[in-house]
Amino acid sequence: MAEADDENSGMEWCFSQVKGAIDDEVAEADIISTVEFNCTGDLLATGDKGGRIVIFQQEPESKNQPQCRGEYNVYSTFQSHEPEFDYLKSLEIEEKINKIRWLPQKNAAHYLLSTNDKTIKLWKISERDKRPEGYNLKEEDGRYKDFTTIDSLQVPVFKPMDLMVEASPRRVFANAHTYHINSISVNSDNETYLSADDLRINLWHQEITDQSFNIVDIKPANMEDLTEVITAAEFHPNQCQTLLYSSSKGIIRLCDLRAAALCDQHVKLFEEPEDPNSRSFFSEIISSIADVKFSHNGRYIMTRDYLSVKIWDINMETRPIETYQVNEYLRSKLCSLYENDCIFDKFECCWSGDDSVVMTGSYNNFFRMFDRGCRHDVTLEASREHCKPQSVLKPRRVTTGGKRKKDEISVDSLDFNRKILHTAWHPLDNIIAVATTNNLFIFQDKLNQQLTN
Amino acid sequence: MINTMECAVDAQSLISISLMKIHNSRTQRGGIKLHKNLLVSYVLRNARQVYIKEKYAEIYRMQQYEEVMTVCNEIQELNPLELDAEDTEDEELARAACCREDIQGGSIRDPEPAYYRSCCMETALAPPCDPVNISTHCNKTTVLDLDTHVVTTVDNGYIHQDCYCDALQCAQSAQSPAKKRKMDFGYSSCDLEEVQDFTTSRKRVKREDCVYSCPDYTDTSNISNLISIFGSGFSGLLSRQAELEQICGKQALAGLGAWTRAIVAF
Repeated sequence: MAEADDENSGMEWCFSQVKGAIDDEVAEADIISTVEFNCTGDLLATGDKGGRIVIFQQEPESKNQPQCRGEYNVYSTFQSHEPEFDYLKSLEIEEKINKIRWLPQKNAAHYLLSTNDKTIKLWKISERDKRPEGYNLKEEDGRYKDFTTIDSLQVPVFKPMDLMVEASPRRVFANAHTYHINSISVNSDNETYLSADDLRINLWHQEITDQSFNIVDIKPANMEDLTEVITAAEFHPNQCQTLLYSSSKGIIRLCDLRAAALCDQHVKLFEEPEDPNSRSFFSEIISSIADVKFSHNGRYIMTRDYLSVKIWDINMETRPIETYQVNEYLRSKLCSLYENDCIFDKFECCWSGDDSVVMTGSYNNFFRMFDRGCRHDVTLEASREHCKPQSVLKPRRVTTGGKRKKDEISVDSLDFNRKILHTAWHPLDNIIAVATTNNLFIFQDKLNQQLTN
Repeated sequence: MINTMECAVDAQSLISISLMKIHNSRTQRGGIKLHKNLLVSYVLRNARQVYIKEKYAEIYRMQQYEEVMTVCNEIQELNPLELDAEDTEDEELARAACCREDIQGGSIRDPEPAYYRSCCMETALAPPCDPVNISTHCNKTTVLDLDTHVVTTVDNGYIHQDCYCDALQCAQSAQSPAKKRKMDFGYSSCDLEEVQDFTTSRKRVKREDCVYSCPDYTDTSNISNLISIFGSGFSGLLSRQAELEQICGKQALAGLGAWTRAIVAF
């Protein structure tokens, strides 16, 4: 895909907020491991390597400025997972939050699923802004009264209090995965969800914790015959019987739960033939799919491998309909990236609310957007150096040649320790959340930004 | 076919790096990452394929050279011309050259990898070389030439400390030609042409230092140890009691050197 004329691209993005520590030294526990908007976009959840979840809530629109988007402020913080130890296998289980998925809201409370390598938890996040007062048997501080002093009866009443947000674990789904969980996905039936590890996919009911159904199992009889693993899985946004999973071989398989109890036989298989001329030592690594996402309308599938983003039509299995090169300049650096383990980085991707734009991260805190409609793409940077409120992000360019223009950066100057693995797009608005190592950047598109001024 | 042009690191280095990654994964927090180790195994397989291909090409070239030298010797025996001492020494050094691309002449060059040098240099250092004595140091390996379908028996030497040290002394006296020889060697030449990777020069220097300075047996022994871990496949990765003999036949391994043992193990 040709490099776009960035000045004529459809959207311009402005800095809105940045969350997180400013210190250069990053504590490993503070490294952000997942980012997810809820279904309405007014809540934004982040998980980190320390097992904590921080939820931000968008402030309601101001009556004075009805078109002004509110800022995201901390709504709730809680410890989701703790480090555990498997005594049988003598293995430590990391507390790192791999994925967060919000459940559709049914009542005043919010529910989300969070998972580490082994255990999934259902959390209820509820607000408390009233408290009962006037107990007959207890004092205000909770101590029990002397019964001999009670000479009257009163009805306790609710009185306003400062807003308190509580997070409580409602369900714990444990002991169902032998290998590391990489995905969870809520079904459109609002009753079930799936969890996927390297070799198996399980189907759960949201209310039942002591059993799950295994629906996909690709573990070979002899582990030495292992050739591929599951890298991501997701339910179809509208069809509750359809799910897909991606593999380390660059293959996407679509499964139908109605076909059989065990969906080892796929309904559709999406695979692009490998170019034999481009074969190298690292062909298998760079073709491994790191992330897969259905479009919101359910018609397209997006996959992210190490160097590119591909869009597939669900009705065509032979090849993707669109391919976007994210960082082709890294192809000549694969040896170095293999040595320093960067080649194993798993970059996520996301759709815009209307499926017209896709976004993914890269190195040097760059992230890229590809406008499918007008075939424009842009590279932007999430950096505290360019975080003036409402400042427009300047497009960046990476050059591989010897001559470097102004504002261009050489591929040899890229900082591979600064990477954007996790991004999220507001489901209904052009607001994006981009996670650097330990900071969360929130950007808005310029059009709406102007309306706020 | 794997395109090695884009990679400045050769197959041997990739094998070492990959085995170290697998080894390190066993002690990292959170347990072994199955996905990552699977991908590393693919790199290992690819590097091994390239390495074996190059090794057999080397053996084939060596075999061809020996045949030519044998014919030359036979011709000389028939030729009443006397050879002086200097020519004899040159001729023995020529015998010692295991890897030659140009067998039609040129300067005398030492064999590039110490692995082969150990075997052939021993022949040069012991003029009254008894084939029987050689057999006690060097094992024979039967090789099938895929092009001519000729089955030949090739002398393969394992990395023997005495042989290597002796070879090293001779190599030090002819470092420049040997380095130049390295430049001409098949697979490494493509590495030298690739200058895009900033690690190229660092890796090349490291290889030369490794070969021409004090030999580091730790790498070889470590790699053999790592092979014993990987030899039992993924069940070995998940189990702490992986044993090489469960997977690789003892007899097949006993007669081979460390490097070839590494390759056969897969």
